[in-house]
Amino acid sequence: MLKKLKKAALARSLWIYHVAASPCNNCDIEILDLLTPRFDVERFGLLLAASPRHADLLLVTGMVNKKVLDRVLRVYAQIPKPCVVAAVGSCAISGDLFVDSYNFAGPLDKHIPVDVYIGGCPPKPEAMILGVMRAIEKLKKLKDL
Amino acid sequence: MNMSVGWVFFYLLVFPGFLFTSVVGLLYTWVDRKVTARIQFRVGPPLLQPFYDFFKLLGKDTFVPEGAPRSIFLGAPLIGLASVSVLSTVLLVSNLFPGQAFAGDLIVVLYLFAFVPIVLILGASSSSNPISALGASREMSLYLAYELPLLFALATIIVKSGGLLKIGDLLQWQWTNHPFLYSASGALAFVSAFLCMQAKLGFVPFDIAEAEQEIMGGITLEYSGPVLAVLKLTKAMLYFTVSIFLTVFFWGGFRSPREGWYHILGWLKPLAIIVLIILIKNTNPRLRIDQALRFFWSIVLVLSIAGFILATVGL
Repeated sequence: MLKKLKKAALARSLWIYHVAASPCNNCDIEILDLLTPRFDVERFGLLLAASPRHADLLLVTGMVNKKVLDRVLRVYAQIPKPCVVAAVGSCAISGDLFVDSYNFAGPLDKHIPVDVYIGGCPPKPEAMILGVMRAIEKLKKLKDL
Repeated sequence: MNMSVGWVFFYLLVFPGFLFTSVVGLLYTWVDRKVTARIQFRVGPPLLQPFYDFFKLLGKDTFVPEGAPRSIFLGAPLIGLASVSVLSTVLLVSNLFPGQAFAGDLIVVLYLFAFVPIVLILGASSSSNPISALGASREMSLYLAYELPLLFALATIIVKSGGLLKIGDLLQWQWTNHPFLYSASGALAFVSAFLCMQAKLGFVPFDIAEAEQEIMGGITLEYSGPVLAVLKLTKAMLYFTVSIFLTVFFWGGFRSPREGWYHILGWLKPLAIIVLIILIKNTNPRLRIDQALRFFWSIVLVLSIAGFILATVGL
């Protein structure tokens, strides 16, 4: 009963922390679009959190390079669990055209568990909303948190 | 008046204390978010959103930063919650049952109001995070800035009423004469107290201590999980309490002995004050801490002292 309440509340109130792991900034601009009147994700209880300690949903954009990897891991460790991680954009998912780069540290899911993949270069805001909805569905199906 | 211990606990914990205030306070934060969203042509969150947020935070982990004294870091928000519960109980009981007020409850209310920033400063500066400490120092400066005008505003209505120190008596005075807001001195006092309360709540333009884009939430930066839930709840309860405070001291209370529709309409007064606060919040940019200090110590202080002088000559 208590677990059910916990899960239902978490699925309705995901606070976002957004890590730019050496992106080209295009995905980040599209993420900010989510908060504008046109898309308004606050309808689903999503808010931008000021600090990773307040966050539940980690959005990682950009190809993760060797220098920024340590920071991504640290931010992930600072988010109180349970939390959801989304890889936003082709770079975070696969490295895209940077696969052969000398400082590419591997796709994001090699380093931290990723729950949702939102593809695109950059993904449209609609695609991101769909991704977040998938994350919420995934949360609801989980047996325990 | 003698009250049995059971009633005191009922007042403190259920109605009109902790439970009632927290539910209404959380609904107030929904009103805040919804009105803000409508001003920005957005749809805004559903009605129960603050409750989802609260229960979600209860179910999450809590970090205590390395080097932070556990007892102070985790205890400070609880003290804040307790003091706001007592504060709202005193304010609401004195309006609902004016006979049950005790002598000098106005002074108690002032001290309990001072508790909230002190607790925030304590928690933030014990968190061993430099950015939190920056937030704490800003909160401290802001507190020093608005406390003096607030005291002058209250002194104004005390002088105006001829030296009454009981909230019940002040209400009685307003019911027999007129609400303080409708006189020149009382209006000035209301305006300055209103601005002080905007700063007390930490809302734009005075959200310098939290400044999310600048110092990442400042005083709340290191809090997570259930402790953050307690902080958010304290903030929500303070929201409701502030609206009651302004209504009771300046606008004749939310409940007056007059009959009929006035009973229900009276509860709209705190809501009107909240909407005014939200409008100010949404149409102003954040001030710097030095600008806020200058604003309170020049304009607001002068306003409240002018009100005080007008009250001494009986206007």
